[in-house]
Amino acid sequence: MHLAYPAVLSALLFCTGLYGVLARRNAILVLMSVELMLNAVNLNLVAFDVWLSKAARDTLHSGQALTLFTITIAAAEIGIGLAIVLAVHRNRGTADIDRLRDTAEGHGPDGDDDGDAAAAAKKAEASA
Amino acid sequence: MTTTTLAVLVPLLPFLGALAGLLLGRTAPGFVRPLAVVPVLAAFVLAVLVAVRQGGGSPIEAHTQLTPTGSVPIDLALDIDGFAALVAVLVTVVASCVQIYSTGYLRDDPRYPSYAALVSLFTSAMLLVVYSGDLMVLLVGWEVMGICSYFLVGHYWETPEARAASIKAFLVTKLGDVPFLIGLFALATDAGSFRITRILDTVAHGGLHHPTVVALLLLAGVAGKSAQFPLHTWLPDAMAGPTPVSALIHAATMVAAGVYFVARLLPVFEASQAAMVVLAVMAGVTMVGSGLSALAQDDIKRVLAYSTIGQLGYMTGALAVGDRGAAVFHLLTHGAFKALLFLAAGVIIHAAGTNSLAAMARMSDLRHRIPDAYWTMTVALLSLAAIPPFSGFFSKESVLGAAEHAVHGDTAHVPDAAGWIVLVTGLLTALLTAAYATRLWLLAFHGRGAEAPDHGRQPRTMTLVLWVLAVPSLALGGFAYRTLPDWFDGQDLTPALTTSVIGTGVSLVGVVLAYGAWRHLAARAAGTPLGAVAAHPEGDAALVEAEAIASHAAAYGDLASAPDPADPGRLLLGPLHRHAAVGFHLDAVYAALFVRPVQAGASLVRFLDREVVETYVRGAAALPRLLGTAVRRSQTGNLQTYVSALLAGTVVLAVAVVLVATGA
Amino acid sequence: MTPTATAVSVAHATASRGFLSPSGVEVAFVLVGLVTFGAALVSVTTRQLVHAALWLVVALGGLAIEYLLLTAEFIAWVQVLIYVGSVVVLLLFGLMLTKAPIGRSPDADSGNRWAALAVAVAAAAALVWVVVDAFRTTWIDFGGAAAGSTKATGASLFQNWVLPFEALSVLLLAALVGAIVLSRKAKAETNAPPVSRSVNSRTVPGGSPSVPDSRNHPIEGTGREAAQQEGAR
Repeated sequence: MHLAYPAVLSALLFCTGLYGVLARRNAILVLMSVELMLNAVNLNLVAFDVWLSKAARDTLHSGQALTLFTITIAAAEIGIGLAIVLAVHRNRGTADIDRLRDTAEGHGPDGDDDGDAAAAAKKAEASA
Repeated sequence: MTTTTLAVLVPLLPFLGALAGLLLGRTAPGFVRPLAVVPVLAAFVLAVLVAVRQGGGSPIEAHTQLTPTGSVPIDLALDIDGFAALVAVLVTVVASCVQIYSTGYLRDDPRYPSYAALVSLFTSAMLLVVYSGDLMVLLVGWEVMGICSYFLVGHYWETPEARAASIKAFLVTKLGDVPFLIGLFALATDAGSFRITRILDTVAHGGLHHPTVVALLLLAGVAGKSAQFPLHTWLPDAMAGPTPVSALIHAATMVAAGVYFVARLLPVFEASQAAMVVLAVMAGVTMVGSGLSALAQDDIKRVLAYSTIGQLGYMTGALAVGDRGAAVFHLLTHGAFKALLFLAAGVIIHAAGTNSLAAMARMSDLRHRIPDAYWTMTVALLSLAAIPPFSGFFSKESVLGAAEHAVHGDTAHVPDAAGWIVLVTGLLTALLTAAYATRLWLLAFHGRGAEAPDHGRQPRTMTLVLWVLAVPSLALGGFAYRTLPDWFDGQDLTPALTTSVIGTGVSLVGVVLAYGAWRHLAARAAGTPLGAVAAHPEGDAALVEAEAIASHAAAYGDLASAPDPADPGRLLLGPLHRHAAVGFHLDAVYAALFVRPVQAGASLVRFLDREVVETYVRGAAALPRLLGTAVRRSQTGNLQTYVSALLAGTVVLAVAVVLVATGA
Repeated sequence: MTPTATAVSVAHATASRGFLSPSGVEVAFVLVGLVTFGAALVSVTTRQLVHAALWLVVALGGLAIEYLLLTAEFIAWVQVLIYVGSVVVLLLFGLMLTKAPIGRSPDADSGNRWAALAVAVAAAAALVWVVVDAFRTTWIDFGGAAAGSTKATGASLFQNWVLPFEALSVLLLAALVGAIVLSRKAKAETNAPPVSRSVNSRTVPGGSPSVPDSRNHPIEGTGREAAQQEGAR
């Protein structure tokens, strides 16, 4: 099989994930896109492992081992990432990345929205 | 000690006293009073010694040059002739009296140390002016007096009147000082020296290129300092200062400096006929105007202030007819009785609790409460009104006599017109002077109504100096007119028969008129209650005075006059009263002529600065601000934006690296 | 949909280049790859958040098939178990817990969508260009024993990669503890102010359900996650 097929598919999936990371507004969708990118890398690893094990008589299977590690780490990452997103959501009342702009220059309309959301969240907690 | 050393010590001692007083005022309050009085008294003794040694003979001269000063040398020069010696004695006498009086007058004043030091400094500056033989050194003393008067007039700076008055005094005198300085430079350039003797030599040899211009420039400074028309307006307002300061300024120091300066440099002025006529017109307008204004004032100190302006008019009049002996003679006697008048007025204000004549006219028995002030003030007022045989009579007659000489054309360098102006206005002023002196005396001491409040005896220091000053007010003129010519130019100062008779007659007419008017209106005084007294009669005199000044405008609607129908001045002046009370609207004229244009100019400049200049500045800032805004835009706080930019850069770099690596 | 068009055309180009020796595996790989890529694209562009997660399932499943086609069977099943089975479920839980709107949400994409698109397309073009340029004459030989069989993978893993494998288990443990600590810490922070504490101690029947919800679910999630991680091992 032509090695370019998996490599190109991997590149395209990676860039799709990249677009998702950059363009999505919801933090959980961003995490999904990160998963896509990780999977693109996995595909690369597997394809090159297969190619190397035949072409270079490589018996270490480092690509497959690394893929397994990546999958495990991705699982851990998604767990921690979701915990962080939930914590942010609980504190700020939103998982919207556009509204988490505490480091913005000055306090534009976005900052105000942020402040309002935080105040609303505090209020909700107090009334609970 | 040589006479020169003594003479140097005379201005130096009060200066050192002032310095020590300023330094020790806070740390050692016990030394403040001795430090205020002793140096001035010592200076008085030394001044008398210098005067005795000089003895009217040839001038004492000494000079030393500290450092080369370019084309026109400036010397530390001493030049003591008869005028200087006697004026210095007068200055030290009055200053000593004022310092002693002040220890009682500002008994409880927390700012007494700085006050006393400033009075000493003031005295020292005047003595410097008197003794200096170099115009630059004289100018130093001249300007130090200006700044001291600013501080002293503003002593009650809590009141807005005092603040305004001190600024006005400073600005108006400075307004005159600018042309004065230019005149000095012109004079020194022609003479090649600032030394008075060299300048007088140059004038005697006709070396002055533009005598009229120089004389007129100098006259501006003299008019400012000596409160002559049209720069006299600061003096009545300066009454917002403490009474001893008024006495010092009016009797011996500040206002005397101008007259003394003209007397020293009279040949310069005589070189220009126009300057003499201007001087005469200035004197005439000043005398008559101030006499009319004095008749309309309600504040006792403002009456005296206008009378000072009028008496200074006599002196400039004497100078205008070329008789500096008469001018300085009047300066001496006037110094004595005017100091007495002011110090006595201070006692009256303290006792009555008000500075308003209208209020005093409704108090009976004031003269029994303060007998010292009553008797000494009577002497001083008689002297002011030029009633023989008091001092004022002799000096004023010498002025009128000099004017008569000028009318007859007996005096060289003096145009007849100047003589006529001085003679006619002088006689008219004699009438007015007698009238307002009588009015002051009647209203202050012969009021009818409730009994004056009893505040106990006045401090001994305050009453003692009154009697000290009463002696020269009473007798100086009579004893001195024969001996003074030896000290001065040698011109006869004996009263001439015609002017004496006419002058005395006119004065008596004034007295009678004022008395008649007062009698005529006596009934009305009881009908219109009026008056307000100080809230703290038990305080020291300075406190009472400050309260009286601050409350005058509030109680009577005006700083200068009171709506008192029983005022004889109101009857005598008729429709003129309204204008005379405000100094013939000169302040309003100045406001319209100078203040408003300057303010309009200032607002124009402000407008230009705000709207025009600022626009350029803003415009220059616009581009950086725009760039800054654009750059700030990038700091969105949104992580995705940052990562986008980061990855875009990475892609570009990676492509570039690949291209370079493949050699494309 | 220009990116899709270009990407598809690029994929066709690569397919036509390898058309010299078309095999059944290649055809299947390209077809499944197209489906995977399409599902991924829909997943990152759809406006319905839950649908995005479901399209992600399709994409991940497609990848599992690709692994199978590449003879890496063990990886393929791990992919199915962990990604399709657990990660997507976790993501769905996350969407629910953050109250993501169900149905079309107009603001799913942020304002810098076009910048992101430009960056992604530029990166894709650069990567595809480089990859195609580098590997256009390289073929994978599927002859002989399967390279990714479970036996081969297991032998390699436990002969050569034991130490990293154990280190990874420590990492997983750390992640487990970290997830718990993060959720607990967030709760402690909300409890820190005295007002909140008193609110929590109070038993108001009509109180907002958001507090108990947000307190319970993350723990539950991490519990499941831990279980799934165990399964992954």
